[in-house]
Formats: sequence, C-alpha cells, structure tokens
Amino acid sequence: MEKKIKVLIAKPGLDGHDRGAKVIARGLKEAGMEVVYTGLRQTPEQIVRSAVQEDVDVIGLSILSGAHTYLFPEIMKRLKDANRDDIAVIAGGIIPEDDHTELKELGIKAVFQPGTPISDIVDFIKNEVN
Amino acid sequence: MSDEKLKKTEKDWEENKYGKTVNRFGERKDEFKSDSGRTIKPLYTPLDLENIDYEESINYPGQYPFTRGVYPTMYRSKFWTMRQYAGFGNAKETNQRFRYLLDQGQTGLSVAFDLPTQIGYDSDHPLARGEVGKVGVAIDTLADMEVLFDQIPLDEVSTSMTINAPASILLAMYMVVAEKQGVNPDKLAGTIQNDILKEYIARGTYIFPPEPSLRIITDIFDYCSKEMPRWNTISISGYHIREAGSDAIQELAFTIADGIEYVQAAVDIGMDVDQFAPRLSFFFNAQMDLFEEIAKFRAARRLWAEVMEERFNAKKDKSKMLRFHTQTAGSALTAQQPMNNIMRVTLQALSAVLGGTQSLHTNSYDEALGLPTEDSVKIALRTQQVLAHETGAADTIDPMAGSYYVESLTDKFVKEAKEYIDKIDELGGMAKAIEAGFVQREIQESAYQTQKKVENKEKVVVGVNKFTEEESKKAENLLKVNPEVEKHQINGLKKIKEKRDDSKVNKALQKVKIAAQSEDKNLMYPIIEAVKEYATIGEISDVLRDEYGEYKAQYI
Repeated sequence: MEKKIKVLIAKPGLDGHDRGAKVIARGLKEAGMEVVYTGLRQTPEQIVRSAVQEDVDVIGLSILSGAHTYLFPEIMKRLKDANRDDIAVIAGGIIPEDDHTELKELGIKAVFQPGTPISDIVDFIKNEVN
Repeated sequence: MSDEKLKKTEKDWEENKYGKTVNRFGERKDEFKSDSGRTIKPLYTPLDLENIDYEESINYPGQYPFTRGVYPTMYRSKFWTMRQYAGFGNAKETNQRFRYLLDQGQTGLSVAFDLPTQIGYDSDHPLARGEVGKVGVAIDTLADMEVLFDQIPLDEVSTSMTINAPASILLAMYMVVAEKQGVNPDKLAGTIQNDILKEYIARGTYIFPPEPSLRIITDIFDYCSKEMPRWNTISISGYHIREAGSDAIQELAFTIADGIEYVQAAVDIGMDVDQFAPRLSFFFNAQMDLFEEIAKFRAARRLWAEVMEERFNAKKDKSKMLRFHTQTAGSALTAQQPMNNIMRVTLQALSAVLGGTQSLHTNSYDEALGLPTEDSVKIALRTQQVLAHETGAADTIDPMAGSYYVESLTDKFVKEAKEYIDKIDELGGMAKAIEAGFVQREIQESAYQTQKKVENKEKVVVGVNKFTEEESKKAENLLKVNPEVEKHQINGLKKIKEKRDDSKVNKALQKVKIAAQSEDKNLMYPIIEAVKEYATIGEISDVLRDEYGEYKAQYI
C-alpha cells in the first residue's frame, strides 16, 4: 500500500479564525491524507517541533491576522535549522498578493486565496510530495 | 375567504396550474433549499400563517414579543446607528480614522483592538511579536486610550468596543478617559462585547476558563447597573458563530443559549433580572439568503422576549427587548472579482434594515484581500446612507411583516431554535455544551457541508464557482500597517513604565488580586484604580491569570 501523505495544519500566532483550517483539515483527510491539526495560538517553535515529531510531508499554515510577515520567516528559518526544509510548506488565509513573492522567496510553495477549492489544494500537495 | 375554501383553491392551483407546468417544463432544480438547508416551497399562502396568532406571536412594534421591532416608531424617528468597525496600528492613526469616519457622517464608533490587546498581552510580550497593531489598534495602558479618543467628545458619541476576556480593563480605561474629559460614567453610551462563550466556540480570544470568566462578566453587569446605566454591558454575539460556519438557525439558537447562560449566571449570584437585563445587547451576522436573514432577526426578538418572560420572569419590557447590532458577513466576501462584494454587502445590509437592526457595520469590498482602504470603507458607509435615504426601506415599520414566506420562516426559526435550546438544556446549559464539544461539532459540520456545496456547485458563488474570470487586476492600495508600529508601541510602553509610580501600581495590582480571590468583591473597582496608575493590560491580566489559570481548548 502506498504510504499516506501526512500533513500538519497549523495556526501560527494569536489569530483565532480557524474555520478554514478545520475545513481544509477535514477535506485533506477525506482525500486520504493523514492530518494533524495543531489548534490555535501556536508559536513558530511549536509548529516546527510538531512537524518534526510527527514527521509530516507538508505543513499548511493558516493565518488571517496579517502577522505572517513576521511569523512565516520565523517558521521557515526554524525548519532550516532543524534540517527539515524538505517539508513542503503551503499557506492560506488573508494574505495580500503583494506579499506572495516574498513568501515564495522564503521557500513557501504556494499561497492559496479564499475561495480555493479543496481539490486544488489536494492536487497541489500530491504533486509536491510525489 | 374561509380556510376550507382556500385549501381547495390552493390545491387546485398546485395541481392544475403549477403542477401541470412543472410536469411539462420542469424547474431550474429538483429541490429548492434555503441557505440553512430547509426546503423552500414554490409558494406561500395565507394557509402557512394559519397557526400564527398576530397578537400573540407578532403584535405591534414596541410590544411583546417585539417581533416587529423593539421601538414603537423604529426608523421613522431615527435611523439605525451607522457604525463601522475600525482600528489599526497605533492609537494616533486610529484616532485619525475615527475622526475621518465621524466627518463622513458615521454616527457611532466601533473599536477594533489588536490581538495582543484582546488576549491580555502587552506589546512587548514574546507572543505579541508580529501582531502589534495588525488587526486593530494596540492598547497597553491608559495613555494609549487617551490618544485614541483625543478630541472625540465621549458624551456625544457612542462607542462599541470589541473586547472580551479583558473587557473590564478596557471599560475601565474608557471610563477614566471620559472622566478626564469631564464626562461622568452615567453619561456614557456604548457597548463592550464581553461575550466569552462565543470566544470558546468560534472566535478564539479567550484567556480564562469559563467559570471565572462568567464571574468577571457578572461583575461588569453589577457595576454598570449602578454606575453606567446607559452602557450595554455585553453584546451576545452570533456573528462569529456564523462566520465559523454555522447556519442561520444555529446562529440564532446558540446566541440565545449563550444569553440564557449569562442571565442565569447573574441570577445565580443574586442579581434581580430587571436590574441588568435591559442593558444586554446582541450582535448578528447578515448573510446572503435575504429572507432567511430577515426572518432570523424577527425570530430573535420574539424568542428572546419569550425566554425572558417565561424562563426568567422578567417584568420590565426593557428586559425582554432584544436590541442588536449587525455586521455583514465577512465570510461571504470573495477574493475573486472583489467589486461584486459591494452588491453582496448591499443586500446583506438591506436584510438587517428590514430585520430592524439598531446599528450596522457594512464590510468593505476588499476585505478578503487585506485591510480595507479609506475609499472602500467610504463605499461601505455610503451603502448604508443610500439604503437609509434613497430606498424607502426605513419609512414604514417592519415592511416584511405579513409576507406569507417571511412570517412562516420567522415562526419556523423560533420553533427550530427552541429545539436546539432544549438540547443544550439537556446538556446542562451552554458552558457545559461547549465543554462537551457539542456546539463546536455542530458548527464544524455545517462549515464543511457549506464548503462541499460550493465545490459541487450546489451553492453558486458568482465569480468563484460560476461566471469566473482570469483575474487580471491586483487589489490596489490595500492598507498596510506600518512595520515600525511594533517598535514605537514598545518604546511608548517603556516610557510610560518609567514615568509612573511603580509602588502605586503594585499596590493597585495587589488589590485586584485580593478582589479576584474573593467572590463578594466586584473586580471593576480595583481594576479602575489600577488603570488610573497606568498599570498595563498585561499586568492586570497576569494577576487574573495567576488566580484563575488559562483556558485550554479541546480540538475535535
């Protein structure tokens, strides 16, 4: 049997909006992936620790607060420090387009806007991991 | 026409006119469903109102059960308050935005605080990094509040503050700023959100566990009933429950159930229901299904009136009146073809007006992309002004009353929400139902089903899953919070800490601690004293954290 793709869905920072995170988590599960949801208010350290401990293939960061400009670079740096920058990182939420290039330069593979069908995210992840 | 005759003519129409045509040509879809998934009949007639007694269930505006509105004249004497939620960066910038909005004809203020403020962390706390000034204004001490309301006469405007876990602290600061302007607390009008239960369910800015949180809330009820009689002590919010994915009936049921829990908590500590209930207020969402939304607002008034009379034996009419604020649905805004959001907001706002809202926030069309620009905020406000001044929607009271469809929906909403409330009662009330994860599960399920409906196109969202376009234009001029805000805010905080008298601060914090330990003391009084000494939000919250511990969410 093919190994299941494992995804960590994480809520960095103090943002409390997790409708999107939970819907995506369930959608990915139904698409056959193994999904761990961190819950709210995760620091970059906590997210990277969970990702390493759980040995995930993908981290999905959900943020609507605008704090991504600080938090995402922190997460990417810590992943590198942990020698786990092989883990694919994707992001979604309210992330202004102006910031997308910068985030991609950090190594974030994709930034999904509100309204993205889950199937698009599933396809992207499968492509990325395989 | 007698009911018997009507039944016959309706059946006749159904079989011979409607049925025949459907048989020949079919309809657009096999099944018509409302946004909350209820089947919609092709036609509503007087027969749908057969079991609704006008005086008992609808009645006149300003009369129990207030289905047609809480006031006898509604918008004929005064429009709803146009209240745009705003706040970003530091107090000075937000003060400028407030003054701009007031200049544009806005009639009330609504403060958005940043997340560290909402969770009781100072701007220099490690967890505040990257968050300062982002989703709202950063407030650390009274000094920030003084700047925030500079040159805004607090005896003339009403101010709503979206603050929950640390609501007592922000209320105390507002009061002290007013005092410095020479305005007594009994002259102040406004609202604190102060609704912790929906934070556990949907919004996420909780600090303490439910029990001490309810105590903090009832202390505020008690304090305001004595000192701030014009202040709305809570805004019991369905808005965020809906944003988290609930349907309209769940929004209604869970909000009223939250209200029941708060009233019960206050009654349990010996307060007289008529002493505090007149100052409870509510906050609902306005989504896309126009008629369901109107019905929801009307049903909410009737349901609350019945709860207050039957369950809590309230005597005063004012205790039974559900007054509410409405905000259009953030989750209905699309990132694709964002200009379409202007129409969405207009229709949502119309539902709120036809539903008899007391105040309204209309979203800006670019909010799925980032923070709104001054121009998009202006269009949102103008939308309300057009509704108020050009459409006639505000010229007669409750114009949708008597619509066979809307009245039948209103009645159905009351009944279905009651069934939910019965279930919550069986679980031991809302706090217990939240602990058991019941409410969260119901909402998550609805959220997921909604997403599935969008993906399989059962639910059409223009520009997202139908009539799509290759996006050519990027959003322009989105508001950017100055990245220097955090640094400046932390410097400002440092300066305040140097200037204040630390021994006085410590003494004041000690008094907060003593009050927190003793159930028969009201926390508001020592918090006001601490605020006056420029104790920070973080310091006061930490005292309470030490006493009460922190809430840990369970994820299902």
